[in-house]
Amino acid sequence: MNLIRLLAPAAFAAGLVVGTVSALAASPEKGKVAYVNYGCWECHGFVGQGGASGPKIAPNPMPLDALSAFLRHTNGAMPPYQEAVLSNEDLADIHAYLQSISKSADYKTIPLLK
Amino acid sequence: MARKHSSSKVDRRQFLTGVIAAGAATAMTPPFASAAQPAVKSPPSALPPSAKTAAAETGTPRELARIKGIPGSDFMVDVIKTLDIKYLPSNCASSFRAIHESLIDYGGNRMPEFLSCMHEESAVGMAHGYFKITGKPLLTLCHGTVGLQHATMAIYNAWCDRVPVIVVGGNDLDAAHRPPGVPTFHAAQDINAIVRDYTKWDDTPVSLQHFAQSFVRAYKISMTPPYGPVAISLDAGLQQEPMKEHGEKPYIPRYVPTAPPQGDSGAVKEAARLLAQARNPVIIVDRAARTPDGMALLVQLAEILQAKVIDQNGRMNFPKTHYLSSAPPAVNNADVIIGLELSDFWGAVNAYTDNGDNEGVGKNSTKIKPGTKLISISSVEFNTKSNYQDFQRFQVIDVPMAADAQATLPALIEAVKSAIPNAAKAAIEKRGEAARKTHAEIGARTRQAAAVGWDASPVSTARLAMETFVQIKDLDWSLVASTFGMSGWPFRLWPMEKYYHHIGGSGGYGQGYGPQGAVGAALANRDLGRFSVSFQGDGDLMYAPGALWTAARHKIPSLMIIQNNRGYHQELMHVQRMANFRNRVAYHGADLGPMGTSIMNPDIEYHKLAESMGWWAKGPIKDPAQLGAAIKEAVAVVQSGQPALLNVWTQPR
Repeated sequence: MNLIRLLAPAAFAAGLVVGTVSALAASPEKGKVAYVNYGCWECHGFVGQGGASGPKIAPNPMPLDALSAFLRHTNGAMPPYQEAVLSNEDLADIHAYLQSISKSADYKTIPLLK
Repeated sequence: MARKHSSSKVDRRQFLTGVIAAGAATAMTPPFASAAQPAVKSPPSALPPSAKTAAAETGTPRELARIKGIPGSDFMVDVIKTLDIKYLPSNCASSFRAIHESLIDYGGNRMPEFLSCMHEESAVGMAHGYFKITGKPLLTLCHGTVGLQHATMAIYNAWCDRVPVIVVGGNDLDAAHRPPGVPTFHAAQDINAIVRDYTKWDDTPVSLQHFAQSFVRAYKISMTPPYGPVAISLDAGLQQEPMKEHGEKPYIPRYVPTAPPQGDSGAVKEAARLLAQARNPVIIVDRAARTPDGMALLVQLAEILQAKVIDQNGRMNFPKTHYLSSAPPAVNNADVIIGLELSDFWGAVNAYTDNGDNEGVGKNSTKIKPGTKLISISSVEFNTKSNYQDFQRFQVIDVPMAADAQATLPALIEAVKSAIPNAAKAAIEKRGEAARKTHAEIGARTRQAAAVGWDASPVSTARLAMETFVQIKDLDWSLVASTFGMSGWPFRLWPMEKYYHHIGGSGGYGQGYGPQGAVGAALANRDLGRFSVSFQGDGDLMYAPGALWTAARHKIPSLMIIQNNRGYHQELMHVQRMANFRNRVAYHGADLGPMGTSIMNPDIEYHKLAESMGWWAKGPIKDPAQLGAAIKEAVAVVQSGQPALLNVWTQPR
């Protein structure tokens, strides 16, 4: 979480320069499949909730360009996903899936968490 | 090696000759032969056993009754009984048959009571978990070579976790007299060699008096901080032969506990000065509290200083509900850090990032400010060995003390009280107020984080933790194992305040410990009237699931919830990471994770596995809405005295 917060501004700027990822035709359904196939779930969980191995990435994911720049250039705990491994189209679909995940409830409305 | 005395009327060679002769005689008489029946010549469906095989399988050891005097192993039982050892988890073996028989017949199978185990690793793991609840060690017997080889990983776990276990391995030392074949395959010159690197002490007694001294010494060494496992090689001949000490029993040395080592007074004073003058002191604890008194002392030290406490959870050191209980980032702004019984001080104040830098080695960075003073109190400094690297990376410490932390805390607390200047007291109080506020904020953030993915299927680990807790919160509960796959949710959400609310982990991270340690701890909790609950990894369970049968066989109730993420998830992530670094798509085949890391196709039905061994069980539960009712039912089963297992499909972490 902290790492993403630190890197997000720079990643976002880099994404604007690269500008190769388009969200126009992105499919959340395809993205859900890609999210599993590329192993995103392994550290972030099937619904992006995060855990001991990776931060929460949904709901409210970072913008697509920022996500792209981060994934391509990360040098932190998360290994990079180069375009040769994860295409821009698949990445846009994954982002669309993350965007489609509904906002979680306020914990005060969940009896077990009150 | 047992000495051979000319006065012995029946030595072991004669005894074995008798056994073989008796067996051969038995084999030569067909059990259903009848002269009235005509002989029908037809090809046999299976070849009959040879006389030698038949003797080995069916021979009656008639000579045993002719061994005069008191068996040596009876005296060994007398020695063992002086040490208040309640249980003996063990997998039976021929090399300790004599002491086995003495324990259950001469010793009445009490103090210790024999617990049937299906793997030596399970036996040691049970002893490990039992100690974490009671503070008392158990004895385990194992076959000297192959049995001890099975036990080794669990012994290493106990070593890393500073847990005493008394391991006795049977061995047939006398090459001139031991039976040929299998018993000789299973004999060795020095069976303890395989565990010497991760036991505190070992011995090979050659007489009964030697055994008495060795056993009491082994117990004493294992129970002197830093605690640790010990090993005794027990000659089969010494067990089986009668006592020959001129008709007199050897004496049994009295056990007197050794006082744990306290920190040097000068070093304690210097540590107190640094802590008292610190603007932001932080306490890090791993295995600091050996008993509930240790927890109380830590609370006292923390409150005097209003210092945040980071608990690495090797033991239940500090109440999770206390406002000074903090997360690891608290070290970032510290100016003085005291580490109490840390297994990895370097890792507490530095970061390692597995990012492929430095030609794949990864990146190291510090987490603390320049000039931060470091204090350490650790008894492990007395007992470091060379081969296995459990001592971790070297960290320079400003005030290092080779001492037991809990034993040193009373002196340190008094020294800190004296060292705090009056002028600093207001600032210290203010520090405490800030900590209260931070603790409340983190609590709310943690609960909000738990709400993310609350209704997801497979079940989120946060929800699993809380669905479980709500069903046990009014019981006297004890978390006897929690997989790392739970993202620490029980530690983050459950109000852990008592020493037995959790018991830490395996120590050496050797897989398979979870169920074994949990059964051992549940045994201790059963006797104390507590409710045991654990979260187990799916992969972890499959290393030695026979521990489940032992729990059912000996009526050890506990609620075991399998956090079934259908993979060796840590390794799954490692292989994925490697593929990413190498710019390759990880090959999954039909699995969810990279090939070789998933446990699926087919899925293991852990509930059926448990049912087959006498447990009440249910699963697989994938829908979080069904979880509460299932846990409630399982809790009722456990309260009735039966073990219960739930197989829950969960999120990976």
